[in-house]
Amino acid sequence: MREELLRIIEKNSRMDLKELAVILGVEEIDVVNELAACESEGIICGYHTMINWEHTSLETVNALIEVRITPQRGQGFDHLAERIYRYQEVHSVYLISGGYDLLISLEGKSLREISNFVSDKLSTLDGVLSTATHFVLKKYKDHGTILTSKNEDERELITP
Amino acid sequence: MRNPLADQVVEIKPSGIRKFFDIVSEMKDAISLGVGEPDFATPWHIRDEGIYSLEKGHTKYTSNAGLMALREEICHYMYRKQGIRYNAATDVLITVGGSEAIDIGMRAMINPGQGEEVLIPQPSYVSYEPCAILAGAKPVIINLKAENEFRLTAQELLDAITDKTKILILPFPNNPTGAIMEKEDLEAIAKVIIEKDIYVMSDEIYGELTYKGEHVSIASLPGMQERTILINGFSKAYAMTGWRMGYACGPTKIIEQMTKIHQFAIMCAPTTGQYAGIEALRNGDEDIKEMRVAYNQRRRYLMHAFKEMGLECFEPFGAFYVFPCIKEFGMTSEEFATRFLEEEKVAAVPGTAFGDSGEGFLRISYAYSLEKLKTAMERMARFVEKLRKEQKGQ
Repeated sequence: MREELLRIIEKNSRMDLKELAVILGVEEIDVVNELAACESEGIICGYHTMINWEHTSLETVNALIEVRITPQRGQGFDHLAERIYRYQEVHSVYLISGGYDLLISLEGKSLREISNFVSDKLSTLDGVLSTATHFVLKKYKDHGTILTSKNEDERELITP
Repeated sequence: MRNPLADQVVEIKPSGIRKFFDIVSEMKDAISLGVGEPDFATPWHIRDEGIYSLEKGHTKYTSNAGLMALREEICHYMYRKQGIRYNAATDVLITVGGSEAIDIGMRAMINPGQGEEVLIPQPSYVSYEPCAILAGAKPVIINLKAENEFRLTAQELLDAITDKTKILILPFPNNPTGAIMEKEDLEAIAKVIIEKDIYVMSDEIYGELTYKGEHVSIASLPGMQERTILINGFSKAYAMTGWRMGYACGPTKIIEQMTKIHQFAIMCAPTTGQYAGIEALRNGDEDIKEMRVAYNQRRRYLMHAFKEMGLECFEPFGAFYVFPCIKEFGMTSEEFATRFLEEEKVAAVPGTAFGDSGEGFLRISYAYSLEKLKTAMERMARFVEKLRKEQKGQ
């Protein structure tokens, strides 16, 4: 049941417990216990809401930053990664194989705010060798959800 | 002027679904639960393969029986899933949907006008009876019973067989009831089939959509492969209804004659769809699994909703239909469906569209999102409540 439950709430975390129990074919208490277990095991890390800020009046700017760093003795990349991910404006930090080491995604109010973060905070950190900043122009799909278009039901109303 | 029409065709009743469709299509804001096709779009990697085949200029006819690579994939699939061995060169024919296979299968096997009988268990898909008639057979209906969960029993089969019986249509997992035939059920009827020396046309188009163990094909039982035309296709399993891709597997001598009709009437199935079909069979197992999980969740939701309404419904384990009983309201299926549509704006298909034995039942499709089903069930609960009040008032 765990995988199926997780797959459902990954897409819709607002479904109520009774309904989850019905569609999974189990008792409500089982769902409650499973969710609690997943939370305490660190499998469920939050119940966020996906917001397309482009449809609001708020201005936001997103950027992806490639960072090359020098691993530190005894701590590898982790120490520096932590110094980076602790910043509020940093959305995600991944250690990446290939031409650079960390991929950071960042959200800010303006281009200037992001530029300031990169020049003042990020690139001045000890161990950061170089950065390359890519601003996001348009989001087509995020977290498995297509943001650009909605599909209409094209089916005939009644078919055999 | 002379009558230009063939009596045999004119006499065929138009599908009961058609009549209902005309009413529904005039209602703009109706929620439909009447659709017999998946709500998912064809998985992208399959669509992409179709596009790619166009880009490469694969826009010519294929061989009549279909691309060899596709027929080989079908043979692998049949062996992988059912343990049945077919020869790709001689035992497989790619058709324009499963529907074509039903039609040409009957035409290849029936001697017109000799009173040969085709047994058709009902409620079932609307094509079998007209195809049997057009092929020149006499359709003989077996009325399946709710108390058997709409499965075909050996006794029912035995009672219907005469010395004119040639083919049994086996439509499981079933549209519209959602019934399945499990291995024991099949073994029981296989004995009768072999003993009475008849053939089976097994329509397994919903074979991938079962929710109680894996589907078993009757062709996998001992002695049955040589007397079974197995019909399947891509429409339901891979959500590919619009591609019109089906196939038939069976004994060489029957497939050979079906291929002859197909060659003259159709030439070959659409080439783009055939390339997409190869991709579906090679890399589509995960897609099927995902869709099956989603259908199963909705199925459970509907069963629960009916239970809460106190509506009688056997638990169906196949396809994407439930078939609740509405006999308690003392109306025909058509009356119920019409009022449900007019008063609550929800369209469900009367069971009678699938044969007289569908009287007293309603086909509800769950090829819809949970949100939509929820709204529809709220309305249905309200409607059922209202009807019960009316009955009490009388």
